[in-house]
Amino acid sequence: MPFALLRYGLASKHRPFRDLPPTPDLKRSYDVVIIGGGGHGLAAAYYLSNHHGIRSIAVLEKGYLAGGNTARNTTTIRSNYLTQPSIRFYKEAVSLYETMSSDLGFNVMFSQRGQLTLAHSEATMRSFHLRAAMGKHLGTRIEVVDPQTVRELCPHLNMDIGGQHEVLGGLWHADGGTARHDAVAWGYAKRAAEKGVEIHQRTTVTAIRTAGDKVTEVVTDRGTIRAGQVMQAAGGLNGQMAELAGFPLPIRCMTLQAMVSQPLKPFLDTLVSSANLHTYLVQSSRGEIVIGGASDPYQLASTRSTFDQKEHLAEGALHLFPFLHNVRLLRQWAGIVDTTPDYSPIMGASPLQNYWLDAGWGTYGFKATPVSGKYMAQTIATGRVPDMIAPFALDRFDRFALLNEMGATAASH
Amino acid sequence: MKRLTCPMNGVRDISEFQYLGPVRRTRPDDADAVTRHLFYIENPVGPMIEWWRHRPSNTVFLAERHTGTDEIFRTWLPDGSEQQND
Repeated sequence: MPFALLRYGLASKHRPFRDLPPTPDLKRSYDVVIIGGGGHGLAAAYYLSNHHGIRSIAVLEKGYLAGGNTARNTTTIRSNYLTQPSIRFYKEAVSLYETMSSDLGFNVMFSQRGQLTLAHSEATMRSFHLRAAMGKHLGTRIEVVDPQTVRELCPHLNMDIGGQHEVLGGLWHADGGTARHDAVAWGYAKRAAEKGVEIHQRTTVTAIRTAGDKVTEVVTDRGTIRAGQVMQAAGGLNGQMAELAGFPLPIRCMTLQAMVSQPLKPFLDTLVSSANLHTYLVQSSRGEIVIGGASDPYQLASTRSTFDQKEHLAEGALHLFPFLHNVRLLRQWAGIVDTTPDYSPIMGASPLQNYWLDAGWGTYGFKATPVSGKYMAQTIATGRVPDMIAPFALDRFDRFALLNEMGATAASH
Repeated sequence: MKRLTCPMNGVRDISEFQYLGPVRRTRPDDADAVTRHLFYIENPVGPMIEWWRHRPSNTVFLAERHTGTDEIFRTWLPDGSEQQND
């Protein structure tokens, strides 16, 4: 292998290879149509084609591959949630990320560096004890740590002793990590395409035709397709997509904003997050400081940033690391998040028999990419919703069986 | 800074305001629609009428805003007097 690589590197005539075939013409029908070519849709296509032997699959993407929320999130991978079904689910997500690069033969640059969440109040410390106890009970690596340990884990942090946001302790989640978002989507896309999955970029779904309680056809701006099973993974506009299929979802569109600084020498080797300041930071493998956390405080379905929220993010980041005050920002952006009332996703059955939901991911979709793909594929292949994702059913709202995860993130909820 | 026109106090910075959510089509006392009222909040991409509050003066009023472009068309008090947002 090293010699082959050397030969390839020194060869004067490179034979370029494409990870993905170009978008083909649409066929008349497919066994499975996946609406949304982001991480979730592609992961489901990968599991369907590689683990369940279903090859007649079309993934429809309105824009370019993984250019929606897969490109806009801040790539935090963690399982420090509050409820038992969530922790069990995200714990498997973390373990799938641990082996993803070797499973896919595609380097997703997973870096399991641990996540440190800071408490600036007694109330936050109490919620940390609850999260740590739940996490330990379910076998994740999580513990409440004192200010001295916080200082050792993150020596550059402003502890603000005696100040308004004094660090009283932290929640240390050693399982936490980060990965390269594009690589995750491209890895799944490449391995799915190898098995015959068709990825249709620049293909917008304009209507969904039904007969009785079944979907019959998906209408796109490039033609109409008959579909055996349909999976919806449309990201921020999941609510609007479900309306095309004829039913509402309990989703509100909010925007979440983030930004990155110019590259700096490596100094931050954990993910740092503060719920009180609604800010979190991570240093990317390129050295950029990724800063995220705040959503606009009213409903919005726009990908335009607002100055107020960017200023708020900068304020939080400078409070935690005051020496960043001279650093310039390189890029900034906003994404539309599909927020549910209990801040948990909606997976599985819809009011239509052959239409499956992978929606309501709000601010926590990226980390679930492999695990939702695995179980959504199992759902579509067998027609039965596995136990792992049954608690996230749409009908939980009718049963008042909510999964409240409102306090499990630093994104402002 | 984004600005919003309060019907009582005129043009103010949006950070002075609290968002109280869309004007609802469902009612909480309708037993058949209770889950709908609690969990299925209006979520159009387009013009929406919603409740806002000016915090310092505790003025609660209505606004029509486009949720896709974030443009505020008009604001008015529940009893009717209207302000154009410009």
